[in-house]
Amino acid sequence: MRDRAWPLPAYYFALLALLYLPLVILLVFAFNSGTILVFPLKGLTLRWFGQLFATEALMRSLRNSLLVAAGSSLVATVLATCGAIAFVRFRFKGKGLFITVALLPLYVPFVVLGVALLLLFSTLGIPRSLLTIGAAHSVVALPYAMLIVTARLVGFDPHLEEAAMSLGANYWHTLRRVILPLIAPAIVAAWLTAFTVSFDEFAIANLLVGREPTLPVYLYSQLRMTARLPLVVAMAAVVMVGTLSIFLALIWLRRVVVRTPASAAGATSALTARA
Amino acid sequence: MPAIEQRGRLWAVLLPPALWLSVLLVAPLLLLCAFSFRLGIGGSLFGGWITTLDNYRTLAASPSFLELLGVSAGIACVVALVATLLAYPVAYFLVFRVRARAGVYVALLLIPFWISYLLRVMAWKVILGSGGAVNAFLLWLGVIQEPISVFFYSRYAVVITLIYVWTPFVALPIMATLYRIDRSLLEAAAGLGATPGQRFWRVTVPLSLPGVLAGAVMVFIPTVGEYVTPLLVGGSTGAMYGNLIQDFFGRSANWPLGAALAVVMLVGTLVLVGATSRISRVERFFQ
Repeated sequence: MRDRAWPLPAYYFALLALLYLPLVILLVFAFNSGTILVFPLKGLTLRWFGQLFATEALMRSLRNSLLVAAGSSLVATVLATCGAIAFVRFRFKGKGLFITVALLPLYVPFVVLGVALLLLFSTLGIPRSLLTIGAAHSVVALPYAMLIVTARLVGFDPHLEEAAMSLGANYWHTLRRVILPLIAPAIVAAWLTAFTVSFDEFAIANLLVGREPTLPVYLYSQLRMTARLPLVVAMAAVVMVGTLSIFLALIWLRRVVVRTPASAAGATSALTARA
Repeated sequence: MPAIEQRGRLWAVLLPPALWLSVLLVAPLLLLCAFSFRLGIGGSLFGGWITTLDNYRTLAASPSFLELLGVSAGIACVVALVATLLAYPVAYFLVFRVRARAGVYVALLLIPFWISYLLRVMAWKVILGSGGAVNAFLLWLGVIQEPISVFFYSRYAVVITLIYVWTPFVALPIMATLYRIDRSLLEAAAGLGATPGQRFWRVTVPLSLPGVLAGAVMVFIPTVGEYVTPLLVGGSTGAMYGNLIQDFFGRSANWPLGAALAVVMLVGTLVLVGATSRISRVERFFQ
């Protein structure tokens, strides 16, 4: 179609500008020297970034978030890989039920899952802590991780496994030397995705938090105090840069994971985008 | 291959995720359902358990609860609809017009989505707040004399923020269906004399509907259960049904009633997913 080609790209770039504008404003204020946001800016400073590292509670919440994200993403990725192998390579009764339950976290509003888990932990007498948040995140991240690994597993020939086994390798050996190396890029992508899902998650963490806050919970608590706003904004800028590098790593991995343009656009990026 | 060995392998890979999901997903949701039938809030969690429909009666008899449920569903519908409409041309552009560097164009769209949800909502708080950028800018221009919050801390602010949050995401499932459209169908339509407009409305749009529906559902579900965005930008009038649930499990501390509210929402979303899954098949877009 040659007719009037300009409106679509113009629309795309206009929408892009609208999407980036709030983030740019947030970034600009991270370098603003005043504690309140006023136009025009008073002056530029790196002070807030320096203060970040001196604010102990903030650093602690960052450490907490990294711990929770590392633990929950590890659990989610291992379980997702197991689940994907079961789903793709085995026939069993209740397979439909299994996949429905595994994908359920995508369909249950977070506030519902959050209060349900709160109820479970209270019933079991487990106090709220980083562990309860991590357990919740492992469940939330599982469908994303599983779909990524499944997509990769579907893509390669099961004959490779049969070949390895007919050459005398036992199943576990085949799993370790053939299957896992082949799906390794997907496993890494799944892990990074699960990590980010957990690191960003606020709605459930806010319900399950104990005395130690995660970073989003801490930032949220600081938002009410105007004087703390520049610090929060500076932290936001740091987090943005961090998540951006994970995103770029995922794009690079995606080239390895999926090759056809159709699935490249739909599949992995849809997965890496979090709900 | 001996069947028994095969079973052993299956159990080894199936059991860990199945157990984990049973304990941390199925059990809590069932517990939530059970708890919504518990009478009163006195005593320990399960001490003095009496089964009752009281919580659901309370819910049905409270116009304010039902109204908020309606408002939340309405907000979710508006957000899903607007986000889908905004995203469709972008998806179309990315699939049918961009030739070189398509990956860069897609990535540029997704970066804002990938950046922390809380941060993006926070950005809007910074922008819309009474000490925020919009007010500061208007003050500086002299348009207003003191900060205004009428429009900013309200339901509108919630809707605007949520549309902002979800628009890039909806483009993905739409793109996935657009990629799958057999180009020869469009050529055939052209060969039979269809104008570009006819080809778009009679071929492209109908074939992309599953992606459109999937995208709308994928926005509707998290949006209808939203409680964070209202807390951040909603002010006193922007509360949603999710805030009610959170409140009953927090300050108001009436867990059985909160559980009943949560079950209503859970059943509602699952019915919606079930009803649309035949057409949209959300999980297909992940494969």
